[in-house]
Amino acid sequence: MTAVLDIDDLNIRFSTPEGTVNAVNGLSLSVSAGESVGIVGESGSGKSQVFLSTMGLLAKNGRAKGSTRFHGEELLGLKADRLNAIRGVRMAMIFQDPMTSLNPYLRISRQMTEVLMEHKGLSRAEARSRSIRMLERVGIPEAAKRVDMYPHEFSGGMRQRVMIAMALLCEPDLIIADEPTTALDVTIQAQILDLLSELRGDTNSAVVLITHDLGVVAGLCDRVVVMYAGRVVETGLVRDIFYSPRHPYTVGLLESIPRLEGDGEGGAEHPRLKAIDGQPPNLQSEIAGCAFAPRCPRVEERCQQERPDLIGLDNGHACACHKVGPT
Amino acid sequence: MSAPLLSVKELHTHFSVRVSKGLFGERRPLRAVDGVSFDLAAGETLGVVGESGCGKSTLGRSILRLIEPTGGEVLWQGSDLMHVDRHTMRNHRRDIQIIFQDPLASLDPRMTIGEIIAEPLKTFERSLNKTQLRDRVRAMMDKVGLLPQMINRYPHEFSGGQCQRIGIARAMIVEPRLIVCDEPVSALDVSIQAQIINLLMDLQRDYGLALIFISHDLSVVRHIGHRIMVLYLGQAMEVAERDALFDRPLHPYTQALISAVPLPDPDKERAKQRIMLSGDLPSPLDPPSGCVFRTRCPKATDLCAQSRPSLDDRGGNQSVACHYV
Repeated sequence: MTAVLDIDDLNIRFSTPEGTVNAVNGLSLSVSAGESVGIVGESGSGKSQVFLSTMGLLAKNGRAKGSTRFHGEELLGLKADRLNAIRGVRMAMIFQDPMTSLNPYLRISRQMTEVLMEHKGLSRAEARSRSIRMLERVGIPEAAKRVDMYPHEFSGGMRQRVMIAMALLCEPDLIIADEPTTALDVTIQAQILDLLSELRGDTNSAVVLITHDLGVVAGLCDRVVVMYAGRVVETGLVRDIFYSPRHPYTVGLLESIPRLEGDGEGGAEHPRLKAIDGQPPNLQSEIAGCAFAPRCPRVEERCQQERPDLIGLDNGHACACHKVGPT
Repeated sequence: MSAPLLSVKELHTHFSVRVSKGLFGERRPLRAVDGVSFDLAAGETLGVVGESGCGKSTLGRSILRLIEPTGGEVLWQGSDLMHVDRHTMRNHRRDIQIIFQDPLASLDPRMTIGEIIAEPLKTFERSLNKTQLRDRVRAMMDKVGLLPQMINRYPHEFSGGQCQRIGIARAMIVEPRLIVCDEPVSALDVSIQAQIINLLMDLQRDYGLALIFISHDLSVVRHIGHRIMVLYLGQAMEVAERDALFDRPLHPYTQALISAVPLPDPDKERAKQRIMLSGDLPSPLDPPSGCVFRTRCPKATDLCAQSRPSLDDRGGNQSVACHYV
């Protein structure tokens, strides 16, 4: 398989009035054609920043170092006009809040046709009919009429469908979806998740799904990357991560979710959840050892001083923990 | 069973909303809470679930009269809360406290957390001197898992999970009998969410607290609730014991809601058959006639458009509002 996206030793720093924040530290990962990769981690783990930097969308006070290659072409430091020829066309991003990513002053038709006219050189009429077809494909009823509406005239779920349609317009090789269903109600989320998995069936786009919801990952992804404090702590095939997690953080994360299926529960007494004690570290200071050490149930002295490398186990499963060796 | 701690009967909270512009623009009622009834016993947790706009937060606030209900009854240990004067209501609020979703926004940024937690005591136990106040605050901080030496710090110095602990300490300091929890863990990461859920359950066990736990997250509600109420457009669709509701949901909406939750288990999630609901939530300003759920219901017929189904007990303490159950 060829890599669509190849990130190597990426570091992202933000300069803030309180000092430098080390948001992403020495992160490497690659995404192959047609593959769906879930990026999970808690707020502040750097999961969104990695891909904002891919799209050239880091905040002004952010600096990315290292390498991010798209089909072999280096994206970091690329001139804006060259970057614009790639983003929106060959890679597209879907955001959590569709209201803030659509222009409230412009009709949907204008926002969609602009992309096609600019990048694909279509005429206005061609672009319009293609936009309508795409809206129909993502399940917007009366697309021919609704294409001329403004974003505020759509419900939250419909706006997210519009965002997905826009991302798909130029048939990109890579779609980055950052918490695409987090702002939606659960019945609407189910509709969007269905749409995403259906679309995955008929395009060969690689999908990066950034989310804190492990249920969403379980349903949609082939592979999972678990991030903590700006680093990858574990990665592997979706079944390996969910059924044989190795890193104590992944184990803790999976155990701390209340289960809807109620397995092992029952009886009048409610069991306690297995919470992970403590809080994520402050990323303003350089962390010497393992960033998870202060919260880790298996911590030993070495963990405080020496940072564990990401070690390959088997089947593409890898884990960064001193207590976990190759099997 | 003894008399309920709290008894809510046919509660209505309607807002009048201007739907067209101008001074004499047309106004329409928005029935945020539309005839909701339930009883709550001491030490019991009622989970209230529903999607945005279903009225779950308005319900919580109406019970404390933070929003004035427009009809129905709220009885606290048998005495009416709806028609008492402000002073009496204020005294009742000693027994009924509330915690909110956004922990930082519900704390005054210019007060130290010691002052924040002591505030309810200054209202309800005016005889306490400074030392006594401080001791009570420190003891409560310890109880909710905050280091007592942080007493002079300000809210912005704390993380989201810690701010929620501060909110819980402020509610608990007057030793209430009931806490209304309005999405208390929705803004928190899962590992922190579990800490706060455990804390609330510990406090419930130690003090015999009753909880009304409002959330959109069904997994959390299953974990913490004894009984669950499912709301849709201001009306209860189904009320049942926790296991009955999740293992044998009867109302088509409850069934769809439960099946829509993505399970953190790849094999189960991929094998699962989802009951898809078409369309969006109808506008609460223009709710459907008859059963409010009928426009999205896979079982809806003409009867559903004509008459509103009542919430009837179908055995085993499971009440359902549907013509076809």
